[in-house]
Parts: sequence; C-alpha cells; structure tokens
Amino acid sequence: MKASTSIAITAVVLVVGFVLCALQFPNIASTRVVANLLTDNAFLGIVAAGMIFVIISGGIDLSVGSVIGFTTVFVALAVERWGIPPLAAFALVLVLCALFGAAMGAIIHVFDLPPFIVTLAGMFLARGVSFLLSTESIPITAPIYSAVSDFAIRLPGGGRLTAIAIAMLVILVVCALLLHLTRFGANVYALGGSRAATALMGIPVGPMTIRIYMLSSVLAGLAGIVFSFYTAAGYSLSAVGVELDTIAAVVIGGTLLTGGQGSVIGTFLGVLIQGMIQTYINFDGTLSSWWTKIATGVLLFVFIALQQGLMALARRSSVKPAGAKPVGAST
Amino acid sequence: MSDSSAPPATRPALLDIRGLTKSFGALKALDDVDFTLGEGEIHALLGENGAGKSTLIKVVTGVFARDAGTVRLANREIAPRSAKDALDAGIATVYQEVNLLPNLSVAQNLYLGRQPTRFGVVREAEMKRRAHALLLDYGLDIDVGAPLASYSVAVQHITAIARAVDLSARVLILDEPTASLDRHEVEILFKVMRKLAADGIGIVFVSHFLDQVYEICDRVTVLRNGRLIGSREIAQLPRLDLIRMMLGRELAETTHERAASQPDTAREVCVSFKGFGKQGYLAPFDLELRRGEVVGLAGLLGSGRTETARLVFGAERADSGAATVDGKAIRLNSPRDAAGLGFGYCPEERKTEGIVAELTVRENIVLALQARRGLHRPLSRREQDEIALRYIRMLDIRPPDPERPIGLLSGGNQQKALLARWLATSPKLLVLDEPTRGIDVGAHAEIIRLVRDLCEQGLALLVISSELDEIVTYSNRVIVLRDRAHVEELKGDAVEVSSILAAIAADAPAAQEVAS
Amino acid sequence: MTLRIPRRGLAQAFALIVILMIDRAVSPQFFNLHLQDGRLFGSVIDVLNRGTPVALLSLGMVLVIATGGIDLSVGAVMAIAGATAASLADTHSLPVVIASALAVGLACGLWNGILVAVLRIQPIVATLILMVAGRGIAQLITEGRIVTFTSPDLVWMGNGAVFGLPTPVAIAIGMLLLTAAVVRGTALGLLIEATGGNARASELSGVGTRAMILSVYIWCGICAALAGVIAAADIMGADANNAGLWLELDAILAVVVGGTSLFGGRFSLVLAVAGALIIQSMNTGILLSGYPPELNLLVKAVVVLAVLLAQSPRLGDIQRFTARWRRTKP
Repeated sequence: MKASTSIAITAVVLVVGFVLCALQFPNIASTRVVANLLTDNAFLGIVAAGMIFVIISGGIDLSVGSVIGFTTVFVALAVERWGIPPLAAFALVLVLCALFGAAMGAIIHVFDLPPFIVTLAGMFLARGVSFLLSTESIPITAPIYSAVSDFAIRLPGGGRLTAIAIAMLVILVVCALLLHLTRFGANVYALGGSRAATALMGIPVGPMTIRIYMLSSVLAGLAGIVFSFYTAAGYSLSAVGVELDTIAAVVIGGTLLTGGQGSVIGTFLGVLIQGMIQTYINFDGTLSSWWTKIATGVLLFVFIALQQGLMALARRSSVKPAGAKPVGAST
Repeated sequence: MSDSSAPPATRPALLDIRGLTKSFGALKALDDVDFTLGEGEIHALLGENGAGKSTLIKVVTGVFARDAGTVRLANREIAPRSAKDALDAGIATVYQEVNLLPNLSVAQNLYLGRQPTRFGVVREAEMKRRAHALLLDYGLDIDVGAPLASYSVAVQHITAIARAVDLSARVLILDEPTASLDRHEVEILFKVMRKLAADGIGIVFVSHFLDQVYEICDRVTVLRNGRLIGSREIAQLPRLDLIRMMLGRELAETTHERAASQPDTAREVCVSFKGFGKQGYLAPFDLELRRGEVVGLAGLLGSGRTETARLVFGAERADSGAATVDGKAIRLNSPRDAAGLGFGYCPEERKTEGIVAELTVRENIVLALQARRGLHRPLSRREQDEIALRYIRMLDIRPPDPERPIGLLSGGNQQKALLARWLATSPKLLVLDEPTRGIDVGAHAEIIRLVRDLCEQGLALLVISSELDEIVTYSNRVIVLRDRAHVEELKGDAVEVSSILAAIAADAPAAQEVAS
Repeated sequence: MTLRIPRRGLAQAFALIVILMIDRAVSPQFFNLHLQDGRLFGSVIDVLNRGTPVALLSLGMVLVIATGGIDLSVGAVMAIAGATAASLADTHSLPVVIASALAVGLACGLWNGILVAVLRIQPIVATLILMVAGRGIAQLITEGRIVTFTSPDLVWMGNGAVFGLPTPVAIAIGMLLLTAAVVRGTALGLLIEATGGNARASELSGVGTRAMILSVYIWCGICAALAGVIAAADIMGADANNAGLWLELDAILAVVVGGTSLFGGRFSLVLAVAGALIIQSMNTGILLSGYPPELNLLVKAVVVLAVLLAQSPRLGDIQRFTARWRRTKP
C-alpha cells in the first residue's frame, strides 16, 4: 500500500470521527478542546515520533513507557533533592537515555537477538531503576516549571496552545525532516526493507541500529521531561503501558509492524485519533473510559485487516508467470 | 593491462581464477576449477543445480572462504571477505532476487549511502535528476521517485546493474537475471549488457536459457559436480555438445546397467493425470503412473521438472485438468491431500523444505506417517523407535543413532531419512526431486540401488534428475521437458542418453544456426 | 539455532536450586512447613501458590512460542475470564461459572488463532489487538467496578486446599499433567515442534500447520482463563484494571528461561513451569530478604539478559572471532 494512501485513510478516519463527535457535541469543535487534545497527548506524540523510527527499521521498542517513568523520577529527584539546576538535569537524563538506547541497540545487533525481548528486558530495567530511586510521587516546585506551564499562545476561541504542545509539534517537525529528508532517514527505511540488502549496499547496519534505538530512548526521555511538566511531579509508576498506546498509534497511523514503511505524520494522526476517542468519551460523561480501549482495539483490527487485505490484493495483481517464455504447446 | 600469460581469449584477462577448491564436509562443491573472464567479454557460466556455479560466485564475492586456489582481478590477487569487500574491489553481483530495497524509490536505491546533500539534507531534486540521467544511459526513461517495487523485475535488474557500475564495478556477475523477464524485457537487458561490454566491463552470465546464452555470450564455461568440464567459444560449440557437457558423461562411459524394461501394459495404472496444469507455471500434461514403474523427468534446469512434481503433490494448485487414483477422481489441493492419498514427495531443497533440522532422526522419519494418522492416533515411543531403527538399518543411515538431531547428519544421510519418512507411510506414489543432489559418491550409488528396490516392491516412482546416466539406469519411461511443457515421452529401448539429449536440444533454432 | 545433543533442564534445575539456597540463606525458615486447618503453610508453599498464575499462563504460552508465535493478550484474557467468573459466582453453581470463564478464554484464543493462522497477521500485532481491547471488555463486564463475591465454592478455588496443597497449586499441577497428556499423549507435541522448527517442511509432510497454530492459541486462551479465575478467587473479586496486568511478559519470560526459543521449535512444558517457579522464587527471596520489592524488576531484567546472551546464536561466532583475532594479533 502506498504511504500516501494509508495516511489518507487515517486522515479520513480522523476527520469523519471529528465531524461525528462535533455533530453530537458542538462544543468539541473549538480551539479550546483541540488545544487541550494537543497538550494532553504531547508526551505520547513525542514518544511515538521515536517509535516510528524503530518500527520502520523493522524493530520494536517496549521500553519507552519505563524510560518516561524513569525520566520523571530522575528529574524530580535531581531538581528537588540533589539541587541540580533543571536544565542540567534535563541534559543529564537525556545522556543517560541515549546510553540506555545505545546499549539496547548494540545488544540487538551484536547478539542477533529479537528486539522484542531485548527491549522487554530494557523495560524491566528502566522501571526497576526508577522504583529504586523512589516509589513515591515527588512534586516538582522549581520556578521553571510554573513559568513553562503558565506560558501559552492564546488562540482565537479561547484555546491555549501550551508550551508542551508546542514542544511536541516542533519535535514532530524535526523528526519528520530527519526521517524524510536525510540519509539517516533513508537508511532507516532501507533497514526495514531488508537488513541483508542494506548491508550489501554498504550501509553500516550495526551503527544504524544503535542510533535508531538511541533516538527512540532520547525521545522517550524528552517525552518524560514533557510529562513531568504536564503533571509537575516525578513518579516511578507514570506512563505504565504507554508503549502499547504508542504502538497502537503507529499501527493506526498506517504503519505495518513488519517495517520498511510508515510516516511521522500518519503516526501523529494516529495519536490524535486516540486522543479524540478519549475526548469524546469525556464529553459523553455516561460512557466509561474502558470504551477507549475497546474502540482502540477495534480500530487496530480494522487498520490491520485493511492493510492485510490491500497487500493480498497487491500481491495477486502483481503475480507474474515465473517462466520467461510463453508456455508453448509443442508435443 | 595485458599479460603474456593471458588465457586463449583474445581479450586481456580481467578476472582470472586458478585451481579454486571448496569443500563442505565430505562434499567437494568446487574441485580445482579454473575460470577466466576477459575485458568486455560476456561469459556464460553453465551447469545444473549443485554443479558449483553459486559456490564459485560466492567464493569470488567473499561470501565463502576458499580452501585453495587464487583469484586475480586485473593481475592483482584479491581475497574478499564479504560482499562489500568484493564490491570495493570492483566485483558486483546482481542476483535473481534483486538485492535492492523494494520499499525505497529507484533514485534512493541508486544513491543509498551516497545521496547528494546540502547541510545534511538530501537534495531530492538533484538526486532524482542524476538518477534519471543515469538510467537514460541504460535506455530507461522512468519516474525515479516511485518505489522500486512498482517497477518490473527488468527495471529492478537494470537499476541494480546501474548502481553497481556507477560504483565502478569492472566485473559484473548476473545470476539468472532473465528468469522472470518476458521477451521484451530480456531485449532491454541484453542491450544494456552489450553496452557495458563495449565499455570494457566483464560480465559473467548465469542462466539456464540456452537460447539466450547463444544470443548474448562470447564464451561459455560448464561446471558439473563441482568440476570444470570445459570453456569454449560459443560460436564453435553446437548446442548438442553443450547440453552433453552439462548433463551427460561421454556416452561410452555408461557404467550402470539398464533396468529391465517390461512392456508398460503389464502393469496396472495407479495414478493418472489428464490435462493437468497451471497457467503460467506448467503447460497441461497427461501422465500415467503404474505400479512398479519408474518414470524419469528429464530436462534442463527450469524446464518444468520441479513444477511437475509440485503439481503432482498438490504443493501448487493446478487450475486445469483432473487426477485419478485407481480410477477414482481425487481432490488434490494441498500436500495434506496428497499425503492422504498415499503420495510422497522428497523435495530438492532438503534443508528448507525437507528436514526439520532441530528434531531427531526418529522424529523426522515418523513425521509424515504421524501427520497422516492424525493427532488422536499417536505412534507410541516403542513404535517410533521400531520404525526409525528399521529404516536406519534398511537404508544404512549413519550414524545409526535415532536420537541425533537430523541437522547434524551429512546430506546423503539426511536424504535417506527423508526417503524413510515417506517409505514409513507405505506410499503408492513417491516423487523424488534430485534425490542424489549434493551427496557424496558412495551414498549416490546406494540411493540409486534403493530407487530400483522400491520399484520392485510395486511402488510407482516419479524421479527428477539432472544426471542422465542415472535416469537412464532406473527409468522405465522418461518424460522430456522443455520450456515448461512435457514435450516427449521415451519408452523401452528409446530410453537412452543420446535420445534424451536429442529431445532436449530439438526444435531450437539457435542450435541449427550454430551447427551449420 | 544451536544443534547439540540435548541435556535439557540441567541449567534450569541448577538455577532453581541455587535460588532456593539463596532464599534459604536469607530466611532460615524457608523450607519449614506446617499444617493448619488441613492446609500446608510455609515459604515454599507460598512460592508455589503465588507462582500459579504465571505457571498456568506459561503452559499455554510455551506451545504458542513453540510454533514461532507469541500471545500478548493472556493478561487481558485473565481479566475477562476473572470478570466473567466474578459476575456469575453468586448466582450460578461452580461448574457453570468455571465453564463460562473457560468458554470465554476459548473464544479469545480462537480469535487470536484465526488472526494468526487464517488471516496470517504477525502474532505480535494480532494479539496486541486483544491485549488493548481485552481490558476494556473486562471492564465492560464488571461495569467499571471491582466485582466482589462471596460464593464459598469459588473462594475455595483461590484459598482452599486439596490434600494439604492450596487449591491453585493443585489446579496448576493438574493442568500441567493434563497439558502434558494432551500434548505428549497425542501427536500434538511432535507436530507442534515440527511446525515451529520448519513450517514449510512440515506442510510438505502433510502436517496441517494451520490447525496446529489454531489449537495452540485456543489452549493458551483456556489456560489464561483458568489463571484469571484463580486470580479472581484469590482476592474474592474481579479487578478488571489490575488482574493479570503485565503477566503476559512474565509468562514469556518464564518460557524463555525454560529454554524454549522465541523462534519456535523444541519446547518443554515442565521447564516452562520451572521458569515460572524460578521467577517466583526470586520474587519471594527478595521479599523475604527485606530488600525493597522494587529490586524484582532489576533482577528480572538481568536474568532475561543472561538467558538471552547464553542462548544467542551469535555467541559462538563471537568466540570464534575473538579466537581468530587473538591468533592474528598476538
């Protein structure tokens, strides 16, 4: 399936869904609700931007939720208990995240192990370390936190485009440029197409794998920092299960988990669809939050089935006779 | 460039291989092979599966390490240790399964890793412009921004060739490049090959289409069973001689004694196919298989031998014709159907389609029988041991340890275990695809003896082999295939190596041109 | 894949013994048992009892992994089955309750199996659907509340005793025997290993690989449902949010520790259960030692990595490489 087709399908689902929501609850169609949607899903958008690189390259990263949890705890402790200036704490935690991602990538490449299980170990490790750091929720009171959460661009109609929403949009744009316009991005797609062919074409597969997981962990770290702004606290249990929401967003965004294709914009639309479902359920008031999960599951199924169907269709139409010559009838 | 020790070719030698040897365990995949490619020469490398072509290519391109011999490129000895080393030295390979990235655009495929950039951003327009210009040289005027997968295999091949040449390759190895191209696409590819040869690039052309070899190549080198049979100027080599080089030993050399050929009508037909075929895969054929009879399938690689086997065993679904067993119509949609009817199939690809490497010899032997009996009628461990030991003894499988993982056995013993797998089901019909491929000489003779014994026990056998001597030895009838169709049936005294060769080579215009 | 004459289970047995010895060292009463009200008590019994849900999950998971698949939905299936059992417990008899819960598990397994075997969707993605949606379905059944019950029959499933053993442990042993009987008593085990080892070759030998794959996901669903009932019975209620949360990962870990490759092929039921017990004895040991339970995850991570590296197909290559490197650079 062509990339543009799958983005278009996701976009249509988003628009139709939004229109249906707005028909039922006219208030949804306001800049206030839309801006909140961006703010509430800022960390998810950032972490999904990293996940899309991993998934396009043919891997998966289950550790991102735990890395977010670790980051919030580390930042809270560093700022509140250890007296490190917030910006230095951010830099420090991002370096730790980068090392962590690089280690996972190196293990995956050097030992030829399935990314699923290596990042599962990473998930345990990151969550375990954050538990060891602290098991309680640590409020962050540093001045920069209140300054940042007060900052917002006022939109017509009462919406507030908050700093973290802006951060997400900027990161998404940067990631989209990195993925679609650079050699690095082309190599990511190449890896997902075929590792063997990529190596044959002279691309250093090992360093690429390491960089991709590094990128994912750094973006998860950034998402963790954003999350700490969102909640103004550090808590080792935060963002549990976010890896699943992220993978779901990627799949709904039209990306096959087999790698080789996908886009940042599609993934962003996938995040928005999930957020929209949540918003609808909040507006309804009578529906419980578990409907979010069921709706997400149904959407996942629909998108996967759709892609599977389209791929089968494409395969059928491209079947060519294996012989070079027409089969002659000469007996 | 030129060297006084140059081979009898008129051109200066570009790639010069001497005494190349490579073994896998007891099996000599390459045995003291010489090969010389001149500048601007298109050189066919021919031989059946297992002849050593791909081993030769893989040694030259650094995928395998060689045991002995030298490889010289433009008079410098090289020893590439990876495909990338070989590429850096100037040897590029384009495989039948194109080794590019179908999900990337044609332009990205051409310039991956060396795209033009400005401030780290790939200059997409510039890259496309260059890619378009590059491919125009090859006679392709296409949208280079579209994914590679959206183009035909011919375009993909040319893209791969263009990338290799642009990376300053001087030796180009094309491995079955025309296998999935139509006539028009082959023309385009040949034009490209001629242009490159004119530029002084040496091309090794591996193909099983002899017409194409005669059309495009200057010289031909034939390998058989890992040994060099000979190198000839193609213009002085009649087609019959070429086929003889590929398939037969010298006719006088026949060592095996012929199977006693009773008249066909004495045996009862057990399986019969009428108008059986599949569009674009194999032309419809009629085939009757009788108890106690061996039918050989002969033809060049790609002529439709394996395709016949797969249709007969239901591994590929026929879209025309009907099949009957003992006169009753049957459904033959899957290997499971076939196994249920009492068919058995030992595929050519032992490793990927035959053995389950991790399981023991015993488990591999009982697998088909157990699958046929179903889940609820398991063979007890005692029965399994009994069956395994019986066949290990009967077929002399070594080491005679039923509990050894089958992946640790030699090729010949794996082949015997696979035979045992089907014999244990007491089949009506057994299809053997290259049963003696890739196994050492001793096991080879044993398997031929087994085939004869099986036949005497009243089994119907359909055997594919590239060894014509071998086929002649045990077959009561031989079906000759050409261009994915059954073209001739030889019976009784007509089953001879010379008549098979004649049938394979018949009806080929290029052969007459050359012979005249 | 490494080919060797199997000496299976030695490593796992050794690991289990070492961990139990460490447990004994940090808590001298570790092996003490006493009988009270017809039920055995003690740390070892505790390990068995708490290890039951993961052990049950691993019985199904090991078969799925043996075919080269994976089932991420077992935790969610536990929640659905637990919710089903809890909502029926006070109005229906025990057999009806259990039968309904197991039927729900079977349906979930069938769904996964159809996606994988018939629609040929990657197992990770296929089972992700139910993993995400399943918890929502469970909450739909409990209507978002924690459904409690008082039915003594169902409570017995979690807290009773059979011949002195806690009921969950007895059930787990029973399921192990039943699974072993089904898998090794019929040809299923052989055909599953063949399918996972080389699906193409198995198909060409007449094995119905689709039916194999379908059946292992169904069995996995049933095992998960049983684990869900026991988890609900244990706390006398169904918590759709937390029942079986993250246990799919523990179950996969147990299978991997039990020596079954994620690429499929050879499997061992007993060793998968041993893997579950190894994980649980580490947990219990950390608890008994007075270290913070948070250490659990770290230890688990280290164990996963150690097991993975030990099984890595590349390890041999790397040893050869370093050997060659040493030779060439003395």
